[in-house]
Amino acid sequence: MTGHPGRLSGKVAVVTGGGSGIGRAAALRFAADDADVLVADVAAESAEQVAAEIVASGGRAIAMAVDVSDPAQVDAMVARVIAEFGGVDILMTAAGVLSFGSATQTDPQAWNRVIAINLTGTFLAARAVIGPMAERGGGAIITVSSSTGAHDASPGNVAYVTSKGGVAMLTKALAVDHAAEGIRVNALAPGPTATPMLGSVMTPDEMRRFGEAMPIGRLARPEELAAAAAFLASDDASYVTGAVFPVDGGQTAKVGMTLADLGTIARQS
Amino acid sequence: MTRFTGKTVLIVGGAQGMGLACAARFAAEGANLALFDIEADTVQAAAAGLQADGHRVESVTGDVSVAADVERAVNAAVSRFGGLDVLVHTAGIVELKPILQFDERSWRRIVDVNLTGVFLTTRAAGRVMAQRSGGAIVVFASTNAFFAEESNAPYSATKGGIVMFVRNAAMDLARHGIRINAVDPGIIDTRLSAALVHDPVAGPDYLKRIPAGRYGTPDDIAKVVVFLASDDASYMTGEDVIVDGGLTLGATLGIDDLGLQGASD
Repeated sequence: MTGHPGRLSGKVAVVTGGGSGIGRAAALRFAADDADVLVADVAAESAEQVAAEIVASGGRAIAMAVDVSDPAQVDAMVARVIAEFGGVDILMTAAGVLSFGSATQTDPQAWNRVIAINLTGTFLAARAVIGPMAERGGGAIITVSSSTGAHDASPGNVAYVTSKGGVAMLTKALAVDHAAEGIRVNALAPGPTATPMLGSVMTPDEMRRFGEAMPIGRLARPEELAAAAAFLASDDASYVTGAVFPVDGGQTAKVGMTLADLGTIARQS
Repeated sequence: MTRFTGKTVLIVGGAQGMGLACAARFAAEGANLALFDIEADTVQAAAAGLQADGHRVESVTGDVSVAADVERAVNAAVSRFGGLDVLVHTAGIVELKPILQFDERSWRRIVDVNLTGVFLTTRAAGRVMAQRSGGAIVVFASTNAFFAEESNAPYSATKGGIVMFVRNAAMDLARHGIRINAVDPGIIDTRLSAALVHDPVAGPDYLKRIPAGRYGTPDDIAKVVVFLASDDASYMTGEDVIVDGGLTLGATLGIDDLGLQGASD
């Protein structure tokens, strides 16, 4: 999927979790649309690879190792992008971790880590960019919730879905509080996406079957989330704020069973 | 951007307001257009305006609640341009009155136009799109699909129905490579909402409920519609996208309005 050269020209974007998966695709897409990009990731090497890829194709990018759960590192990230590129117009908070377990299977330390990265990390990054964005007359923040979490719980996933549900409400609260400063805040709600994060917990065959369960018949590609993020970052979304934006191949449109499923049940009974 | 070069887009309710704004956006990205509307003069004027700018436009007059009219519109697009890639359905009517005073014929007319119309255009366009195993449909729901307001029950009921229709249709159409999504516009400055937006007292007063601090423009909506119809939204189907400047986020009162002493500490 190609970008729309020029659509984000003159804009500066910060992408947390930009070293892999949806964050990486978003960083590349923002650059393809002509934004300057700070690629932040807790894994320094992956951030550097993405920044190098952008520079190699003629864009402007810098990489930075950032743990989004640390306020000092997040503030340093925003200071750095302002020093290098003169300001910040777009923030995409793609840094996130997956976790499994019900409440009784999740120890407090594991819970705190997921909330610290997925939810507090989003809060810290938004908090740090709002002032500089407001000084420039506005900006766009794109958070990453989830199709599970934003809408429905999925079993054995308590910390992750709670963090993603929190991101959805954080997004709406930020939208209400900062609309007057010209800052739009929206969340992506990705369905299952073919990322390294999903690949770390599923075999390729499991991922294929997971995709086939979607109405559209396949997993999302990270580039498809990036295209939606670039849209939300652009002036094409000038009246969209506080939205939780599903990009899920129909996952949340589909509830329960298909006629074919019902036929199976009828034959079995 | 030229995402729709060589593509054909049918816009139902395309003669004015948000439909016409969509037409302008699709035309600017290279699309062939078929505009379908119940108002003959208005739709011909809209088509003439776009043609004067060098765009390829067909106009059809008819009633979205009449299956034969809808099929005529789809056929006109296909025979003029050789196929149909995108359907945008904006046509809708509203009548504000409490339900105890609501006339049954008015209720039926609103359901016919707003809800049955969406079914008829989706079915007719979907059948043509399925032959080529691909297409995108964007229909207009409303924030009133989930956000109640006084004296607006029939309209809101049809818009809620559209959201659920879109979810179901997405499942049926996915196997044919067709995506279908809805937009939920908030208060947009069009003929339908002019009585509120341009009222000297109510207009500025209602604005206090909109975090963005302004009413939407038809182009604010058109930009989202074009995105949903494009390959940029290739993994989106069965959804309704809220475009309301934050109207329905839930905050009608700010802390300052409550006058809490603690708020400023």
